[in-house]
Amino acid sequence: MIDALNAGIALLVLGLAIWTIVAPDTFAAIVGYVAYGLLLTLAWVALRGVDVALTEAAIGGGLTGVLLLRAAAKLRRTEAASNAERPGLPTRLAAAIVAGGVAVALAIVVLAPAGPAPTLVPEVAANIAATGVGNPITAVLLAFRAIDTLLEAIVLLFALIGVWSLAPDRVWGGRPGPRYRADPDGILAYLARLLPPIGIIVGIYIFWIGADLPGGKFQGATILAAMWLLAMMAGLADAPPVSRRRLRVALVAGPAVFIAVGAAGVATAGAFLAYPEGLAKPLILVIEWALLPSLALTLGLIMAGAPERPEDR
Amino acid sequence: MNAAALFGLCAAALVGVGVYGFIVNPQPLRKILAFNVVGSGVFLLFGAIARRGGALGWGGDPVPQALLITGIVVAFAATALAVTLLLRLADEADSVTLASDAPAPAGPDAARDA
Repeated sequence: MIDALNAGIALLVLGLAIWTIVAPDTFAAIVGYVAYGLLLTLAWVALRGVDVALTEAAIGGGLTGVLLLRAAAKLRRTEAASNAERPGLPTRLAAAIVAGGVAVALAIVVLAPAGPAPTLVPEVAANIAATGVGNPITAVLLAFRAIDTLLEAIVLLFALIGVWSLAPDRVWGGRPGPRYRADPDGILAYLARLLPPIGIIVGIYIFWIGADLPGGKFQGATILAAMWLLAMMAGLADAPPVSRRRLRVALVAGPAVFIAVGAAGVATAGAFLAYPEGLAKPLILVIEWALLPSLALTLGLIMAGAPERPEDR
Repeated sequence: MNAAALFGLCAAALVGVGVYGFIVNPQPLRKILAFNVVGSGVFLLFGAIARRGGALGWGGDPVPQALLITGIVVAFAATALAVTLLLRLADEADSVTLASDAPAPAGPDAARDA
């Protein structure tokens, strides 16, 4: 029964992936991609990666989908011209051979009879008690491989700097995106009033529960960012000018606290990002609470895009 | 067939589908989309490996799973940067072609190159 269910999910995922490639209309392809992301979430649950499933649903399907949909709406006028450059049959055939070769090679690796699978479970299980958190993924993200998480937060910040730096000179330091105007009595404005209180609680819950159960700051921050975007798109909130100092301090605060805790580890525990014995859990909490608002702001502003209008409009 | 092998094969096919779309589709936005399909295929393959690494009653190896969360977030950051680049290109040039023989944009550089 479960096998049949898994096979069904795998087939649907594959079918939707093919749809996102062959669909003639870009908008339809991206809607397919959002559905694909949500179905992939089920595949992640089948693979016992509930934390990954939450991330995939929130970021892989959700945020990426919205980002691409908005870009597709703006690029619609260029679609016909681009489509005229569709490559001829020889190129398509060669591409099919290359793609098929890659897929077959990967499939052979998957099916090859392997020895015992490499695993770090025993190491994690032996050391998780020292971190004081119950969710092994959180223990890996914030204790065993904390440097990855630090660099990830910094990569997001760099992506935001990259997005901002694409603003034309005349609006540099201005507000991202258009000023959205929606019917104040319409369904969008209604949802933008109704959903954020619920979404904020769900976001903080997913963040808080991440210490012991599936969840965490990235998933929670994505939900908070989505609520902010909803309020922006309904015209209830406006994106802040990117030159505002308070905003920039808030963006940098999370990674800065993370680096400060890491540097303190050199003095107190003998290594960068090492926690002194018994203080691991409180320090992890400090880092997580500092990262959550910074991440939510960074994700929201990456979604809002490059500055498009001066500060006073 | 167990779930790890099933979704491992599915992931291999996803990478293939994505690579094909990335090469064949002329629209840059569709290339970004195909690139994301390749990415999710690679992630799913890594997830199948994490599932095989499950031991001591844990469903999967938490180390690759944690790296996957990092990977998904970084893939989003890269996609957002690519999409913003594309939108700026469309604003400046009014077309987003990647063809090598596209008409060069008018400007001092174009005149010099011609």
